[in-house]
Amino acid sequence: MKLLNHTLLYLSASLVLILSIWAVVFYFSMMEEVYDSIDDGLENYKMLIIKKANRDSTLLQKSRFDESNYAIRPIDREFALQATEEFKDTSIYMEYEEDYEIVRMLTTYFSTPQAEYYELKIITSMVEGDDLVADLLHALLWLYVAVIASAFIINNWVLRKIWSPFYQLQSELRGFRLGEDKIFQPPQTRVREFQDMNHTVAELLRANIAVFQQQKQFIENASHELQTPLAIAINKLELLLEQSPEKNGQAQLLANAIHYLERMTRLNKSLLLLSKIENRQFSKEELVNFNERLRGQVDDFEELLLYRNIHLKMIENAVLTRRFNGDLADVLITNLLKNAIVHNHEGGRVIITVGNDGFEIANTGKQQPLDSEKMFTRFYRSADQSSSTGLGLAVVKAIAQLYQAEVGYRYEDGLHRLYFRLTHLM
Amino acid sequence: MKILIIEDEQGLRDNITQFLQKEQYIVEAAADFRSAMEKIALYDYDCILLDVGLPDGNGLNLLRTLKSKQKRDNVIIISAKDSLDDKLEGLDLGADDYLTKPFHLAELNARIKAVLRRKALDGRNVVKLNNMELDFNGRTLSVDGVEIHLNRKEFDILAFFVVNKNRLIYKSALAEHVWGDHMDNADNFDFIYSQIKNLRRKLKDHGANLEIQAIYGVGYKLTV
Repeated sequence: MKLLNHTLLYLSASLVLILSIWAVVFYFSMMEEVYDSIDDGLENYKMLIIKKANRDSTLLQKSRFDESNYAIRPIDREFALQATEEFKDTSIYMEYEEDYEIVRMLTTYFSTPQAEYYELKIITSMVEGDDLVADLLHALLWLYVAVIASAFIINNWVLRKIWSPFYQLQSELRGFRLGEDKIFQPPQTRVREFQDMNHTVAELLRANIAVFQQQKQFIENASHELQTPLAIAINKLELLLEQSPEKNGQAQLLANAIHYLERMTRLNKSLLLLSKIENRQFSKEELVNFNERLRGQVDDFEELLLYRNIHLKMIENAVLTRRFNGDLADVLITNLLKNAIVHNHEGGRVIITVGNDGFEIANTGKQQPLDSEKMFTRFYRSADQSSSTGLGLAVVKAIAQLYQAEVGYRYEDGLHRLYFRLTHLM
Repeated sequence: MKILIIEDEQGLRDNITQFLQKEQYIVEAAADFRSAMEKIALYDYDCILLDVGLPDGNGLNLLRTLKSKQKRDNVIIISAKDSLDDKLEGLDLGADDYLTKPFHLAELNARIKAVLRRKALDGRNVVKLNNMELDFNGRTLSVDGVEIHLNRKEFDILAFFVVNKNRLIYKSALAEHVWGDHMDNADNFDFIYSQIKNLRRKLKDHGANLEIQAIYGVGYKLTV
């Protein structure tokens, strides 16, 4: 839910409550005022009638309301003495409305100078409570709608204006990727809170970039520094190997040690390659014909394919040429081809399809789809391939990212298919 | 043949020295830029192995000096950096080859021999062994004067054995030399074995007089 709608939601919810309470209070205080003034009017009327009745005794005969709004009837002295004056709401039939309507009635008692006791009832028309409530509700509803509508408009306008640095920051951050060379530019604003936030975010990113760079630098330096000792150790073992008797298994042990040092060397080289790709150190580009390179590499794998009895077919639907770094194109193809051969089975198939926007290498292998999420992450390898570095496809992914190409996996028709699609045109 | 090793890492220097002495070369070594400069100024070498990352100076400057003095010493650059720019710069400056650490000693041996062969006086670039003759320019093999067809990789395998004759060749040194990066999987010994078996049969069929001996789990040895 957007920030704007959030404030509006809270505002409208609290407005419902506030306006309802306000309406109740307003209704009762208004009604009180209305009763007060009506009762005052009735009181005044009472005095006028009594005065008039004292002068004109015919008035005392008026026992029905009829056309006027009072009625007088004689009562017992005892009753009169204990009765008290009383205002009350009652209903009477109104000719005009053709219905019973609520009226305010004052019932009072008085005595003439002749000590005769009378009951006087005076009525006056009343505010119609239910109509008033309805009117009030109606007005309230409109008020509510008007308030919410104006709140929405003002909010929309003001929030948009006030929060614009926030939205700018948001879009800046959305486009930010750690490891890309893009410099983070916090938006300019005069609002202190946003200035603070921008500052904090900028600081945080700077620290993160620094750590990231350091880490990359570390991996690069560590791999680089390891090359020499590894070289020395491997060469020393090779020298020793030459001097070892071949029969008693010593040479085999040494060969084994070399094998593991070589594995470490490969790991190291791959890590170095990865950080070089990520640091964009392969800037030199040339027009690369992928068909030619694929054919060349297939040739290099020829003996291995033959040995493992794997049938390779290359389908060239188009000639794929792009500006690309030559070395990276070779690494890309090598890694994908090697992958298709290594994870294959005796007598399997490899099918290379070249289109005008990329190529796909499909191979037979295990009869179940692989985890396409994990396969491109570093050091992911299937259980039966313990000697691989687990970096081959990570390198492929890094190359793809460098060229904004799409690399992916799907399992279809019993074939594991890895595709590399170049989205940009040359 | 005189060879100068310019390398600041003692371990590597010792390894190369020990290995090359067995090839009957006269081997000298320099551990830093200054002493290397001295040696280059005073003597001529058939081949110089040059580490570009020296602590007291860039090895490429040594190469520049060498070339500016019109010296004909062959230079193989050894670098821990697998960087194309370095490689290109080195080769542009007149280096004959470029090798990245870590490398197999057999590979270094093959590179040195190739460089020396190319610069040999007769320029024929041919190696003779028993009744065989390997022509590196034409990449052909002839046995008793009869040319035998070898494909690119068969020739590479044989050439690697020939230049490293009487030495134990570790299996992955051979694999890397012939197949490069395409062949770094551990369980490829059987595969290499089958390739060598084919080559052996071919050589035997044509009456070549040599024996490639397999040492199980380790590698091969061409004995003459």
